[in-house]
Amino acid sequence: MASLINQAFQNAKKESRPALLTYTVAGDSTKKKSLEILKSISDYADICELGFPHNTPIADGGQIQTSAYRAIKNGIKINDVFSLANDFKKSKKTKPIILMGYYNMIFQYNENKFLDKCKNVKVDGLIVVDLPYPENKKFATKCKKRGINFIQLVSPTTSKIRLKKIIKDSHDMLYYISMLSTTGGKLKVSPKKILERYSKIKKQNKSKNIVIGFGITEKTIKSLKKADGLVVGSAICKEISNSIKKRQNAVTNVTNIVKRLKNKIK
Amino acid sequence: MKLKRGIPLIDQHDQEGFWGSKFGGSFIPETLKKPVEDLTNEFKKLRKDKRFLKKRNFYFKNYIGTPTSFVKLNNLTNHLGGAQIWAKVVSEANGGAHKIYNATVHALICKSMGKKYIVGDTGAGYAGKMLSMAAKKFGLKCKIFMGAKDIKRQKPNCDAMKKNGAEIVPVYSGSQTLVDAVSECMRYWVSNCDNTHMCVGSTVGPNIFVKICGWSTAQISRELKVQLKSQFKKIPKKIKLINCVGGGSSAYGFWSEFIDYDKKQIELIGVEAGGPKKSKLHAAPLSKNTKIGILHGAASYLCQNNEGQINDTESISAGLDYPGVSPIHCFLKDTKRARYTYATDEDALNAYVMVTKYENLNPSLEPSHAFAEAIKIAPKLSKDTIIIVNSCGDAKKDRDILKERLGKK
Ligand SMILES: Cc1ncc(COP(=O)(O)O)c(C=O)c1O
Repeated sequence: MASLINQAFQNAKKESRPALLTYTVAGDSTKKKSLEILKSISDYADICELGFPHNTPIADGGQIQTSAYRAIKNGIKINDVFSLANDFKKSKKTKPIILMGYYNMIFQYNENKFLDKCKNVKVDGLIVVDLPYPENKKFATKCKKRGINFIQLVSPTTSKIRLKKIIKDSHDMLYYISMLSTTGGKLKVSPKKILERYSKIKKQNKSKNIVIGFGITEKTIKSLKKADGLVVGSAICKEISNSIKKRQNAVTNVTNIVKRLKNKIK
Repeated sequence: MKLKRGIPLIDQHDQEGFWGSKFGGSFIPETLKKPVEDLTNEFKKLRKDKRFLKKRNFYFKNYIGTPTSFVKLNNLTNHLGGAQIWAKVVSEANGGAHKIYNATVHALICKSMGKKYIVGDTGAGYAGKMLSMAAKKFGLKCKIFMGAKDIKRQKPNCDAMKKNGAEIVPVYSGSQTLVDAVSECMRYWVSNCDNTHMCVGSTVGPNIFVKICGWSTAQISRELKVQLKSQFKKIPKKIKLINCVGGGSSAYGFWSEFIDYDKKQIELIGVEAGGPKKSKLHAAPLSKNTKIGILHGAASYLCQNNEGQINDTESISAGLDYPGVSPIHCFLKDTKRARYTYATDEDALNAYVMVTKYENLNPSLEPSHAFAEAIKIAPKLSKDTIIIVNSCGDAKKDRDILKERLGKK
């Protein structure tokens, strides 16, 4: 049977549009709020990425850092992340969820225990920012054994030979980082250029779902709609910060953004 | 887990970059894979290149000013009445600390790779000051990342950086100290690695940065070995090499030539920052028995909670105020080749007062931690024991802290 992640891409393809992937931080701004946000935006998002926050995130820009620090300050623990995912999956059985974070959190929890827990709460995929290929091979195999998609990242600096090897060892989905940047940077490469590089990667193996992320906002999303999927993170985290600042309902505001993002790629 | 003889410690890692198969590695985002690989290849080539070595030696001699002196601290020895206390006065090096070795080598590598921009982190401000000096000397544009708290407490070094034309980027996240500066510097490199070279200020970070830094500071122990032989005719029977440990670059540099010796002959003692006496916070991952974790691209003993969040640290010494430590020191600890302990803020201040009272030496708060241990153990040791402290930094930068804590000076 195809994984839920694969199905999500197929469904989007049937509607001739890219899949929409959202990224929010577990526990931002509170455990309860982040679950509400997640449930609400999943009516429009095809795949939900959920960050487990770390307080030294070396690849994240200001918006996601702010969300992560806020969630940690409000007491989120790794077991809370699992129970969030569990609650979410109970009401949204077919919506794929991908956990994303830094390796030290997994290492401290214990790799096997972490992955067993992911399997139990029906997490569909994992992205580990600082566990690159080929060092992640063993970990990726462990994921596969449990039916969890390990999602490899590729970037503009990834060499051709390396790209071939990564794709060969990848599961259902790959993540293409649009430019040299942390998350939340301004798109400093033209969408045309990004799509050119993207299609070169895509050509290597058409059956893999490849998403583009970093720098995607309401302004830029339409120009990249040729991709299999598009990830929006910082723009959403920023909206949570703004809602808090303005004492507005974050659930409504974030849902509206995601709704608008979806409309732009229909 | 075992040390090998005859191979520099910086090269005793496995294919994935781990020492003792668990310390170090390269836990980096995909974007940095290529620049790290390029740097690794470049360094591999350069360290065997006779012309490059000649250049390095030229600048070490004529720009940094080697060798730094090796002196007996007679008054302090007499006062304590036990082991002989000597100092390797590395603070005589251009700029006032050992950070100049790593900075100079990184600037040379940056030039050789054809990059025009160089960025680095700093805590005490010495790594930043030295990188700004080297950048100026070799015509590179330089950006230094520094925690906002450190900018306040190490002002003299910030003034120097600015004078050298470097831009200081204040970091306001987290505890606003070295750990945050390194994170922000790495983020900057992720975004600019196509035209910018990154220097990590100590023997920490992804594997290649540990190696380059250790290779650079090793100059200190090469000099000391020659000086020991000329002073004592041969290497004495009972030596203790005491060094402060923040990231561990000066300690590795001070010890590297002596690691193959039996520890009964040459004992290696690393002194970490124990923080204020009354505080629970510290920056002593080795001596306070922390668990292994991953920070800034490497696995090491680490001040962290059981979830893997990095702990706040506290130390009077900005240069030691870091939650992680070099993987090579973790390896030296687990193989029991080196012994690690800590000194509190108060111990370091007392040591500073005593050293400056008896000797014409002005060690900064970092080496004052090492002096604290020397002062503690010297009275119990025989007169033929040679204690050598690496006085690796000058206290000019600590002017404001010393004034506040000790009254006018
Ligand atoms: C004078 C001095 N000593 C020691 C240190 C600690 O670093 P390391 O352990 O790498 O020598 C610093 C760091 O800034 C320093 O400035």
